[in-house]
Amino acid sequence: MSIKRSLLSVPLRISTLAMVFFLVLGAQAFGANPDVSDSEEAIAAGKSIFNANCKTCHKLDQKYTGPALRGVTDRRSIDWAKSFIRNSGALIASGDAQANAIYKEYNNLAMPNHEFLSDSDLDNLLSYIEYGDKEAAVADGGDGSSASSSTGGSGVPSEYLTIILAVLVVVLLLILIVLGLIISVLTKYLNSQKLDEEDQEFINQKFNFSKVLKSDAFVIIVTALVIALVAKTAIDGLYSVGIQQGYAPKQPIAFSHQLHAGQYEIECQYCHTGVELGKSANIPSANICMNCHTHIQNVGGKDGISPEIQKIYNAVDNNQPIEWVRIHNLPDLAYFNHAQHVAVGGIECQTCHGPIEEMEVVYQHSSLTMGWCIDCHRQTDINAAGNEYYDKLVQLHSDSKNALKVKDIGGLECAKCHY
Amino acid sequence: MKENNKTYWKGIEQLTNDPEFVKNADREFPEFTSSSNGEEGPSRRDFLKLMGFSLAAASLAACEAPVRKAIPYVNKPVDISPSIPNYYASTFASGGDYASVVVKTREGRPIKVDGNELSPINGKGVSAIVEASVLSLYDKQRLAGPFINGEKSDWSSIDAEVKSKLAAAGTVKIVTNTILSPSTEKALAKFSESFGGAEVITYDPVSSYGITKASETVYGSAVLPTYRFDRAKVIVSFGADFLGTWISPIEFAKQYAKGRKITKEKPEMSRHYQFESNLSLTGSNADYRTPIKASASGLAVLALYNALAKKAGAITFNAAAVDVSNLDKAANELWANRGASLVVSGSNDPNVQVIVNAINDLLNNNGVTVDFSTPSYFRKGDDAKMNQFVTDLNAGRVGGVVFYNCNPVYDFVRGAEVASGIEKAKVSVATNGTMDETASLVQFVAPDHHYLESWNDFNPRKGEFSLAQPTISPLFDTRQAQESFLVWAGEETNYYDFLQENWRASLFAAQSETSDFQEFWDRSLFNGVYSLESTSSALTANGDASAAAAAVARTYKADNAGTELVVYTKIGIGNGTFANNPWLQEMSDPISKATWDNYLTVSQKWANENGLKMFEGATQKAKVTIGDKSIVVPVLVQPGQAIGTVGLALGYGRTKAGRVANGVGINAYELLSVNNGFVNFDVIEGVTVELTSDKYKIAQTQTHQTYMGRNFVVQESILPEYKENAFAGRYQPKIYKEGEFVKPSKISLWKGHQYSQHHWGLAIDMNSCIGCGACTVACQVENNVAVVGKQEVLNRREMAWIRIDRYYSSDAEVGDNDGLEIAAENPEVVFQPMMCQHCNNAPCETVCPVAATTHSSEGLNQMTYNRCIGTRYCANNCPYKVRRFNWFKYHDNKSFAAVNVAQNDDMGKMVLNPDVTVRARGVIEKCSMCVQRIQSGKLTAKKEGRKIQDGEINTACATACPTDAIVFGDMNDPNSKITATLKIQEETLSATKEVNEERAYHVLEEINVNPNVWYFTKIRNKDKSEA
Repeated sequence: MSIKRSLLSVPLRISTLAMVFFLVLGAQAFGANPDVSDSEEAIAAGKSIFNANCKTCHKLDQKYTGPALRGVTDRRSIDWAKSFIRNSGALIASGDAQANAIYKEYNNLAMPNHEFLSDSDLDNLLSYIEYGDKEAAVADGGDGSSASSSTGGSGVPSEYLTIILAVLVVVLLLILIVLGLIISVLTKYLNSQKLDEEDQEFINQKFNFSKVLKSDAFVIIVTALVIALVAKTAIDGLYSVGIQQGYAPKQPIAFSHQLHAGQYEIECQYCHTGVELGKSANIPSANICMNCHTHIQNVGGKDGISPEIQKIYNAVDNNQPIEWVRIHNLPDLAYFNHAQHVAVGGIECQTCHGPIEEMEVVYQHSSLTMGWCIDCHRQTDINAAGNEYYDKLVQLHSDSKNALKVKDIGGLECAKCHY
Repeated sequence: MKENNKTYWKGIEQLTNDPEFVKNADREFPEFTSSSNGEEGPSRRDFLKLMGFSLAAASLAACEAPVRKAIPYVNKPVDISPSIPNYYASTFASGGDYASVVVKTREGRPIKVDGNELSPINGKGVSAIVEASVLSLYDKQRLAGPFINGEKSDWSSIDAEVKSKLAAAGTVKIVTNTILSPSTEKALAKFSESFGGAEVITYDPVSSYGITKASETVYGSAVLPTYRFDRAKVIVSFGADFLGTWISPIEFAKQYAKGRKITKEKPEMSRHYQFESNLSLTGSNADYRTPIKASASGLAVLALYNALAKKAGAITFNAAAVDVSNLDKAANELWANRGASLVVSGSNDPNVQVIVNAINDLLNNNGVTVDFSTPSYFRKGDDAKMNQFVTDLNAGRVGGVVFYNCNPVYDFVRGAEVASGIEKAKVSVATNGTMDETASLVQFVAPDHHYLESWNDFNPRKGEFSLAQPTISPLFDTRQAQESFLVWAGEETNYYDFLQENWRASLFAAQSETSDFQEFWDRSLFNGVYSLESTSSALTANGDASAAAAAVARTYKADNAGTELVVYTKIGIGNGTFANNPWLQEMSDPISKATWDNYLTVSQKWANENGLKMFEGATQKAKVTIGDKSIVVPVLVQPGQAIGTVGLALGYGRTKAGRVANGVGINAYELLSVNNGFVNFDVIEGVTVELTSDKYKIAQTQTHQTYMGRNFVVQESILPEYKENAFAGRYQPKIYKEGEFVKPSKISLWKGHQYSQHHWGLAIDMNSCIGCGACTVACQVENNVAVVGKQEVLNRREMAWIRIDRYYSSDAEVGDNDGLEIAAENPEVVFQPMMCQHCNNAPCETVCPVAATTHSSEGLNQMTYNRCIGTRYCANNCPYKVRRFNWFKYHDNKSFAAVNVAQNDDMGKMVLNPDVTVRARGVIEKCSMCVQRIQSGKLTAKKEGRKIQDGEINTACATACPTDAIVFGDMNDPNSKITATLKIQEETLSATKEVNEERAYHVLEEINVNPNVWYFTKIRNKDKSEA
């Protein structure tokens, strides 16, 4: 054996030894590695790091683009895990057996480097991986009941409202019946008394339906109502010309946001890369799809290649772009910039695009009319915190009782959107 | 304050107060009986038909919205993000016309060309031609692939044929315009080597052979010197239009403006004398301009030499005496400013240039303001060689001829002979990108890339280098010409590698900053320019100028009686290479304000003698005969034209340039000839001009707007007055209010706006503005302004958002024709860029019935096209006449497809700025102060969570300006350049800012519309007695 090879084998042996040692330790501890902190802060800090860097490819308890992570500190040494997270390529290149095994298992897909993460960041991250979101994982395994229970959380529960209303209706009906009874009793009583003819007639008069129908007042009221109704329908109809609210065209690929954004919680920005840069949010190019779909070839654990995913492969192989149908169409005369709203304003995607993470097929949630834009500009506060650009405006507005709204800094002016 | 008593006039019509002119002047929208296509107006039946159709169409359209596609990349390039512009440093070069530029691309398409701030030659400034060059990339006239004998072919067959045929052709000659690229020269050398030492013949359409030849005679090397107009306190120019078209005008304009900027603290500026025949852009900026006949120009130079030689005690030469006013004065001042003065001449006569060199030597200017030891390479053309080549070609002595991106059939004076000679050569090849006059006659056309698709390097001056890089993949099946040469020479390497190797061997080896070539290359490419420190020693003159002086004395005459033709180039069209560019065709000439034409410029005296009365472009044609050649051209009465001379512009009369330029104007190259070994642009003998009865209309923009007799639109003074009182020339109206006279801004019906964040404004220095018009084209490119064509310009419907008003002024009373002659003999000229003034009390805003034009909280006057219903009340109420109405749908309209290329064909549309709406028919449009740039700059600052830095947002006009005459900025920012320029001291949110700069004024201050655009008085460096 040459000196070089023997030198190389030393760290290998040491790491093997260490692994054995830790495996033994792990077995003794029956679960979590005691070196990993389980403090709340560490877990919280680790969660944000996880969401920012890892979530796209990893889940805690489920195999995904990358392996399920929980228990990694039992399976591996903390130092190994840290060095793998920082620079997996280097570890693989150094000939580390475990690293190479994982690399092979996941089709030679390299994990990006995270050398910017400090040691304490990594500790926090490992804490989260070990202890974080255990209940959520359990709930996820269920039928999604956790989601429905959380929706009606605020204010008076809707069931009570219905019951109250039903009770009210019943009470009102009872009152009506009682009143009818009183009338018949009183009529009977009056008829039994001796009255003059005029009073008789008054008491026993019949309700004349045709007379009411022919009365001027009735005709006028009905005509006015009909005209108003027709006018309203016509105006509403005219206003909706060119408005495609609810527009949900069939797309060339049956892409599900519900699956990607909802179930797998992939950040919107991961695919819509332009949303914080400029005007266009960008429909993702096929190479972005391929980041994951090189490995994920089918859904629901089925074998083979899904025909929908095959369409991506065809696009890439034939260098033929996928022609998505554009859903949100603003007229050319209106200038809209995503970066202004998302990066500067801090508006959630869902504010305009609706519950996108629940959409199997994307539809246009908002009307996208100018009135809709303007309404929002009237109501929305400026996201001025920590942004030096707004300092002067905030200072000038400090006398006012109301919060600084978009409309206060020219958000209703024509040339903000039309030029 | 001394009041200004001059009469300002935009044209002869206004000067004479023609009743028809006065009638039209009142109307913002004059009515014309003739419409563009001569059709009758629509009848009631048509209206009903249209009505029915539109109802049906509207209801159909309402049923289903069209399906629009969103098509992403398959594989998104890392550095391209949709909607985010990328900028690449590159270089514009056409022959010897040069500018280092930065190209803005969107989604991989070049859409705008600006100057490269890092360039020591042109800086951030550009010219109209450079600005417009981006459209020529998308010209459908460009060849889509190689051609053999007029048939479309492919590269492998053309390579095989050219190689074998050239090898068997015998003598091979390569014809080219000036080549600034060292690597191209090297590639050509390889090509030449492999074909038995083929000779490279260089010519320039507008030649400076006189200067290079004189330099060779006097200093031993045939080069152009480096001029330093910024170092000169006295500038004397004999017919050199150095601000407009002469050699390197962007650079010279930049230098010149440095010497013309004055402040109260430094009230010094250069003095400029101009002696010329045609009224040039340079002449119109001169402090003292003397119209002289071309026949006397050589003698005037000689007279100046003699006057200076007398003072210096040097030998004088015999010459006929010429009476040229201001010449003695110029001589005295030149002598007083020895070592800080500059004499230039536009003459192509080497003898005259020898005398000019002698003058600069006498004045010790050599090495200071004119530097032959740091040569410039902008013009390398050799008229004598080219002349010989044409003779050889026709005699059948040339076996193979290769035209490298040049068009001598059109733009060489013996073009007709080149045309007939081409077929006498066994093999003829051209690399021209279009099937132009020359390429259509050769056997093989191997079209070159456009410059925005090419790799290249340039060496415009000793020690100065720049690179060009592709900003788009080739649109057509073209191939870089250098690569063609390398392929034909049997080289395997592609031109990019060849170029890099060349830089590695020369420039990289010569520097010591870095040892990593990639780093060196990347940095040079990023900067676009690279300077190599070099030492040079001053050159001394060999021999004396007596031979040249004798020749000058012989050739030029003091008393030529005949008419003389002085051929010149226009700012927009130049030598005609880019004639197929509609932006340049519609750019109104800075002096004549004419579009879409060239014409014979004549003096008012000539017009009076020949009974020509020109009215608002309506004129007659004249027949010009020189020897056996004659042409018929329209006549334009040009104030300032030297008596006895007529002028005609080059660059027109193209026959195979393309749809836009074919048949526009007359080719003036044909009238010229090669005399005494050089191309003579002044024809002083045998010219006859006869007025014919043919009527013609020249589309001028000059008389379309008038300021209704308000003479204080232009405010000017002279330097001695300014030194005494910084308010000199200012008109300061006062209005009576409650017992005292106050500024108009103190009285207002309005409460006045408050601008809490920004207050955008422009400051325009009329002393720096030379009227070159680069801003007008820049605005057109940036804001998708439509081109309307000649007929619509005649109908006064041009769409320009920024125009340059040119006013003539003279002291003369105009009562009769004689008075008119005197007034028009040599008027002073003022240029005033005019765009929407963004009034704080805007008259347009109050009259719009639908609130389509409103005021923003940042001081902008906003125009909302989608709200406009086209009443045009706003335009009628605008005191500045800057609102333009869309009389037609100019986009996607067959009637305008031939002129409005950028909005009609699918290729041309690629140049549109995606951030600016293309306007529909029936709406008003106007300058927005580049609101799209303001919005984008604000967003960048917000995203980075910081304040806007002064200078990071700039309007297209201010960016393009080579002289920094336009300053844009935030008047609320106490640290901005505009605040400093206007001397705004008090920090206030009010729209009415107290401006303390004495020269700054509002146009029409008395009506208190309170604009956000400020003008600075023009100061002429004239002596007091003559003012």
